[in-house]
Amino acid sequence: MKDTVLRTPLKAINWSRLQDDKDLEVWNRLTVNFWLPEKVPLSNDVPSWATLRPEERELTIRVFTGLTLLDTVQNTIGAPAMMPDAQTPHEEAVLSNISFMEAVHARSYSSIFSTLCLTKEVDEAFRWSEENPHLQAKARLILEEYKAGSDPLKRKIASVFLESFLFYSGFYLPMYWSSRAKLTNTADLIRLIIRDEAVHGYYIGYKYQRALEKLPEARQQELKDFAFALMFDLYEIEQKYTAELYDGIGLTEDVKAFLHYNANKALQNLGYEALFPPQACEVNPAILAALSPDSENHDFFSGSGSSYVIGKAVATEDEDWDF
Amino acid sequence: MSGLVYYSSGSGNTARFMAQLGLPAQRIPIRMDDPVPMPDRPYVLICPTYADGEGRGAVAKPVIRFLNDPARRALIRGVIASGNRNFGATYACAGEVIASKCNVPVLYRFELAGTETDLARIRAGLEKFWGALCLTP
Repeated sequence: MKDTVLRTPLKAINWSRLQDDKDLEVWNRLTVNFWLPEKVPLSNDVPSWATLRPEERELTIRVFTGLTLLDTVQNTIGAPAMMPDAQTPHEEAVLSNISFMEAVHARSYSSIFSTLCLTKEVDEAFRWSEENPHLQAKARLILEEYKAGSDPLKRKIASVFLESFLFYSGFYLPMYWSSRAKLTNTADLIRLIIRDEAVHGYYIGYKYQRALEKLPEARQQELKDFAFALMFDLYEIEQKYTAELYDGIGLTEDVKAFLHYNANKALQNLGYEALFPPQACEVNPAILAALSPDSENHDFFSGSGSSYVIGKAVATEDEDWDF
Repeated sequence: MSGLVYYSSGSGNTARFMAQLGLPAQRIPIRMDDPVPMPDRPYVLICPTYADGEGRGAVAKPVIRFLNDPARRALIRGVIASGNRNFGATYACAGEVIASKCNVPVLYRFELAGTETDLARIRAGLEKFWGALCLTP
């Protein structure tokens, strides 16, 4: 009489009964932002790719295989590992979206490769990614926290650091090329990835903060200490990884400022204060402009731009505004 | 010196920024059934951005509800918007949306919970801004 055995009922997800409004808000944001690499005309970058020197091409392919590895980890291990920790069924659904988009990101780098590069060059770079000790070390450090049985909150810390910090030694390069009017379509695609990662880091960091506030103070302090210690360890590796990649074109120091700036933002996603002082985070303005193009500075206090500029028309939800 | 009004959602970035700023401010509540503050003097609004890839939905609903009241809207003098540069062209675009709707300037933009540099610039900027407004009849 198996059917009569009392069991916990299996529950279907009901999006009309939310326990946390942030789940729907982020679900909507992610689904509206959905994209595929086919949307970006990468082949327009073929002439530009030909203007790069061989060592610049090799660097670019290596950077992209490094990014592919992190996306693969997050797609197949990171996001799924957080699902059993979810506090709401809607959080699990959001994580399944995050997981899938990481697969899209990983797939996108191969679209870039197949459009711009020779198979031999790409194969070599994938081999490099398997043999590079720094790249392997940072991925392994994250995977350590993703293991079954590890602390769910430490898993979220590791995940936010992957999404909001570890990608940026790589994202720097397409932003740099774009600031020099090279590989601009590739940069458009990378900006779509950067936008997604920002939502992922924000959301996982938000869930971390919700769980943290329920814990006793001693435990909160333990997790904060863990977060800063992990950041230090990852930063150590990132420094070496960055130097190995960028010393050849003399950009290491410029990339490091970008790393510091993003490390601080990753910590802010977890609700923590900055680690690196402002003078260590002075990112090259050309890189910042490449990150958010067309978002020219209208700041009144900063004194840049014309003095009393009223914002230009922006797509908005007019029906929600009565006036 | 006049007022500050701000909104911060569950992620708490703007709330942490306001705590660091250390100036008196009224908070627009997250929950739609909580009472909305009624400023009694001119104020600057500090507001995060929630836009999608096209810039839609940039201004949070509680902020829209706050500004939909003509009495509250009449007292806004400027907007400081936060966001994340990773959102590209829509970085901190809630500022531009509010500025164009309310005909006030975007005073400053900062990322997430802001930096020490942002705090110093905003403190100095607000002081100067309110000083200048007082001289204008």
